[in-house]
Amino acid sequence: MAAVVRLADVEVGTELPVQSSTVTRADLVRYAGASGDFNVIHWNERVATEVGLPGVIAHGMLTAGLAARAVTAWAGDPGALVEYSVRFSRPVVVPDDALGAEVVVAGRVAALLDDDRVRVDLTVTSGGEKVLSLARAVVQL
Amino acid sequence: MALDAGLVGRSYPPSAVYEVGREKIAEFATALGDPDPVYRDPVAARAAGHPDVIAPPTFAIVLSLGAGEVVLDDPDVSIDYSRVVHGEQKFVHHRPIRAGDRLVATASIEAVRTVASNDMLTTRVDLATEDGEPVCRTSAMLVARGGA
Repeated sequence: MAAVVRLADVEVGTELPVQSSTVTRADLVRYAGASGDFNVIHWNERVATEVGLPGVIAHGMLTAGLAARAVTAWAGDPGALVEYSVRFSRPVVVPDDALGAEVVVAGRVAALLDDDRVRVDLTVTSGGEKVLSLARAVVQL
Repeated sequence: MALDAGLVGRSYPPSAVYEVGREKIAEFATALGDPDPVYRDPVAARAAGHPDVIAPPTFAIVLSLGAGEVVLDDPDVSIDYSRVVHGEQKFVHHRPIRAGDRLVATASIEAVRTVASNDMLTTRVDLATEDGEPVCRTSAMLVARGGA
């Protein structure tokens, strides 16, 4: 297993390609089935608003999965992502329409670590607001 | 109600074996909109140095979500599940999860904290093969928002 990006090609400040994804209600249903997370706040507007949410929200791990995809696509091998951590700071509200919500992932190499590893810090937003904080990936190059 | 700090370190019996299938990995990758062939094509996965198709880095949530329920079901863990939100999540991969893996999940309580009236419970789930090879460690921090 080997990343396509080589250590010699990166330095602190190297930016990952920005990734933009659309999340619709259909995507939430698909992720619920794939992950086994059937929490009703991810598909039922009535329940979501009853518990004080603005509406149906995306699974935090769907957003985190999209953000990880930006890292693995850059690294060239998903096996190179050895550590990944996120804090869910704000829900991604997914409207009941064909457009859905947009999730934008930007990332930059924040530190060079021992053993040919680098830390990538991610900025993940929806509608201009940060939805993940302290989103960090350690990539083995 | 505040969580008892004495819960930290409590561990639970290992889960039944979960056999990782190629189709489940492909389904999960599709749900993330990820077209990477190493999630679907054994030939592409082998060309990348893996014995079989590997799973996306966040696939471990499929196992850890189920394995973590044993903590929420513990009568000593007085957390109001109806008020719970997912606060933080971490994965440490010893190697990628791959098709054919027969994994056992072991849950334990890593931390408890109460800030203002919010209870925070961090559950760790260790994934290993049934032969004992460590594969992945996950930590999930749940927040139970304090009631009025």
